Amino acid sequence: MLTYISIIITAIFINNIVFSQFLGICPFLGVSKKTSSALGMGAAVTFVITLATVVCWLIQYFILEPLGITFLQTIIFILVIAFLVQMLELIMKKVTPALYQALGVFLPLITTNCAVLGVAILVVQKGFNLMESLTYGIATSIGFTLALWIFSGIREQLALQHAPKAMRGIPLALICAGILAMAFMGFSGIKIG
Amino acid sequence: MKKYWKIIYNGIIPSNPVFVLLLGMCATLGTTSSAINGLMMGVATAAVLICSNAVISMLKNVIPDKVRIPAFIVIIATFVTALQLLINAYMPALNASLGIFIPLIVVNCILLGRAEAFASKNGVLASLCDGLGTGIGFTFALTLLGATRELLGTGSLFGFSIYPEDYGMLVFVLAPGAFIALGYLIALVNKLRKNI
Repeated sequence: MLTYISIIITAIFINNIVFSQFLGICPFLGVSKKTSSALGMGAAVTFVITLATVVCWLIQYFILEPLGITFLQTIIFILVIAFLVQMLELIMKKVTPALYQALGVFLPLITTNCAVLGVAILVVQKGFNLMESLTYGIATSIGFTLALWIFSGIREQLALQHAPKAMRGIPLALICAGILAMAFMGFSGIKIG
Repeated sequence: MKKYWKIIYNGIIPSNPVFVLLLGMCATLGTTSSAINGLMMGVATAAVLICSNAVISMLKNVIPDKVRIPAFIVIIATFVTALQLLINAYMPALNASLGIFIPLIVVNCILLGRAEAFASKNGVLASLCDGLGTGIGFTFALTLLGATRELLGTGSLFGFSIYPEDYGMLVFVLAPGAFIALGYLIALVNKLRKNI
């Protein structure tokens, strides 16, 4: 049990995927202008990361390793993720048209979100079992959503400020992200178990 | 000939992938803790970009329009896998310091972006030049950011000591420094571009 709690706390706060591992920066900067779209993106990414982590874990240990073709890992994983995103799009279009409309723009972008491929590869590198991988996937995406949510709140306020012309937009957002990352570094002393 | 120089130049300065187009941020922030790491990551990405651009422009008439994105991703992933095996075999130290960011070249937006915007519409030689120019632009940006962080953080440049390490601000080597240094560099580039 302690292992799972440790995985969750570590993935959300101590090794936050955005602030300390630098994965998923593109959507982090791209869709963090409004809180509502940030939460929508967070939900879509959570779904894809969770599903992709489990499917990629199964493929790694039941297909790639028995056949001795682990060098194909990168190609197979990215194809699986592209396939999952496409399928998710089709299913959501049929089953929940309202949610599909709300997420519409972000869905195809998830394929090239490096957090998804990153988590799938990290899980294999860390040698987690299936349950641990599932926990790690969910916790990481909660960490991503949290980062996106906090940051979008800050950016909504930043848009109203009078900054020097050259600093407006992305430069100021990056510097704020840096200060936020410094705050998250405060968690790094925590030890569990 | 002049046309090709123009394509190369365009990738390096007027549409620099990092400072102007703001693409490939994950690799930019994650691998630039020192100048040499930034340089190596830039060269690795540039190698994949040149190869994938050339192959995609050769195959652009064969690939059906509907499945072009998955086809591009498979071509890019093939070159990344080859590069990963080469680095593993000949430069294990580099493999350890860049870590997960080597397989993640696959999802670098620059590669898919150049494939979609340039290589799928232009000839082989022009696409090669575009890959070369964008690759050099990316390498330049990563090396500059890596050098800034290394100099401010540890007081050395490419491993050579410039001022005593005790005066360095360690935060620039750690995660927050990456965001802050990149933010100021982009602001500086914005300022210079608008004055010209």
